[in-house]
Amino acid sequence: MENQYLNSGDKNIGVEKSTPNILHKKNWKLKEKIFKIVLLFAGVTILLIIGGIILSLLFSSIPSLKKFGFSFIIGNEWDPVNEKYGALPFLIGTAMTGFLALLISLPFSFSISILLGEYFKKGLLSSFIKTMTELLAGIPSVIYGFWGLFFVVPIIRNVEMIFGAIPYGVGILTASIVLGIMIIPYSASIGREVLELVPNDLKEAAYSLGATRYEVIKTVSIPYSISGIIAGIILSLGRALGETMAVTMLIGNMNSIPENIFAPGQTIASIIANQFNEANNELHISAMIELGLLLLVMSAIINFLGKYIIKKLSVEG
Amino acid sequence: MKTNFLKLFTIMSVIVAFTFSLSSQNLKGVELTGSGATFPEPLYKKMFDEYNKSTGAKVNYQGIGSGGGIKQLTEKVTDFGGTDAFMSEDEMKKTGADIIHIPTCIGAVVVTYNLPGNPKLRMSSDVITDIFLGKILKWNDPKIAAENTGVKLPDLKISTVHRSDGSGTTFVFTDYLSKVSKEWKEKVGTDKSPKWLTGLGGKGNPGVAGLVTQIPGSIGYVELIYALQNKMAFVDVKNKSGNYVTASLKTSSLSADIALPNDTRISITDTDAKDGYPISSFTWLILYKEQNYNNRTETNAKAVTNLAWWVIHEGQQFPEKLDYSPLPKSAIEKAEKLLKSVAYNGKPILK
Repeated sequence: MENQYLNSGDKNIGVEKSTPNILHKKNWKLKEKIFKIVLLFAGVTILLIIGGIILSLLFSSIPSLKKFGFSFIIGNEWDPVNEKYGALPFLIGTAMTGFLALLISLPFSFSISILLGEYFKKGLLSSFIKTMTELLAGIPSVIYGFWGLFFVVPIIRNVEMIFGAIPYGVGILTASIVLGIMIIPYSASIGREVLELVPNDLKEAAYSLGATRYEVIKTVSIPYSISGIIAGIILSLGRALGETMAVTMLIGNMNSIPENIFAPGQTIASIIANQFNEANNELHISAMIELGLLLLVMSAIINFLGKYIIKKLSVEG
Repeated sequence: MKTNFLKLFTIMSVIVAFTFSLSSQNLKGVELTGSGATFPEPLYKKMFDEYNKSTGAKVNYQGIGSGGGIKQLTEKVTDFGGTDAFMSEDEMKKTGADIIHIPTCIGAVVVTYNLPGNPKLRMSSDVITDIFLGKILKWNDPKIAAENTGVKLPDLKISTVHRSDGSGTTFVFTDYLSKVSKEWKEKVGTDKSPKWLTGLGGKGNPGVAGLVTQIPGSIGYVELIYALQNKMAFVDVKNKSGNYVTASLKTSSLSADIALPNDTRISITDTDAKDGYPISSFTWLILYKEQNYNNRTETNAKAVTNLAWWVIHEGQQFPEKLDYSPLPKSAIEKAEKLLKSVAYNGKPILK
């Protein structure tokens, strides 16, 4: 595929060379400038949009920030009747589902990226697995939610009955399992791509020293591409933190700190999805917007943390 | 022959449709927008469709929730709003003008459950409150058994299910519990999304119904229509007069058969009506009393008043067909008076 693309590019250049265009030559400076401006415009627009989102979130959450200050983050009561808002149950719910989902997805995404990046680079099986993994990313989250309700929930309920817990079926664990499956394609596809980028010279050198395939993967491929693999994991964590629909359907929507992984809970995204529509009290809305701000900050911190790890781990050269 | 008949039929029907539209084009081209409560949305869709057929006026209604409906009317971007909970004094003050509430139909909230064999259960308000406060934890609790002699209640943990999204249904349910229980009023209160002490949350009626039908030993609350259409078991509730009442279109209509205030802003939960189902509520259309705001045309003002008038008269044939309870006469009379007060530049629109 890539070769084809390159070839057709070459051809185009050839055509242009053979029919020199005077106008083209005259205006190249202007064209260059316009092109640059367009690119710059797109870049600046993104900055403006993100800046605008942060500013409007900040601005709209002022009433809540003023009233609760820091206690918003450590408060564990969410009571619209008495206008008391604390975000701790949702922060914990978000972190719990996010990391649990990561934990569940990791073995799969890691294995898939090694399988496709090292063992089956080409061929029918490879493209089949690749397409299927990517299809996972394309399934709308409401369908994951349904699947979770009809397939995962009954299984968890049976497990709960064995342990003598109340057989809710929905809860933190159920949401995490489905989330975990949802985020597999993100880390898997990035992991595969970076593994494919490992220079063959390095691997061949290792083989020539008598290393087995497992040893090559363990000592050459993975260390070389670890920063990219982690970047993929972080991307998928970001996705897990913000996922709304499927989580809302499966987490049990209880506004208290979950006592264990079977308990129902609530994430930042799910409480907003649940209550924003019908909230008409200013402080209630403001508190939810502050939740949104917190989610943004959480994602930003994770992103920066990821960047830092990538920098630390990346192999020079 | 057959094709000729078909042709004739189409031509005839086109002619009929044409003359029909000619004869009633007084409001043709007028477009009204409204938004709000989701509970009466199917009814409004049907009503506004029929209204469109008979007058030509087009009415767009979006079910975005009562809160959203009130907000959009306050911001004066809609012609009318729909709400399941009447606007509070504070909310009305925020609009800076007079708002009138026109009741359109009555809805009931039923307590639905999932037990082996789904026996018919009876409950008093105390038992319902204690279950949702997390004080009655098992189905074979003597308190439940006392009211259901002859029913074999299993030794099963109760899981309660509530609406996780802010909802008029929750408002009606918690309004009822706050009226009948002091403890509920203090610990939880009345709200579209209060702080629940126990249980699971499901999004929307389907969410609650889904959880209740899946979890053995669960109990939740949904709108009557929803329970009827999905053939779910629900509790007969003991009302203020001491009667166990099965929720139905008739009993919820009966619950509004009490003395109504002139502005119709009344909660009819825990009704005094002898045979009324106690967890019922009006749902309202809300509009401004003075219709000249935001550069509205007189045509729009007339159309929206006309629409509301139509809804409480001709429109009342539709609630029952769609499993909603129609308005009792007393409510229609009050609403008529209110609509007659609607004005454009101070001049009443209806005579």
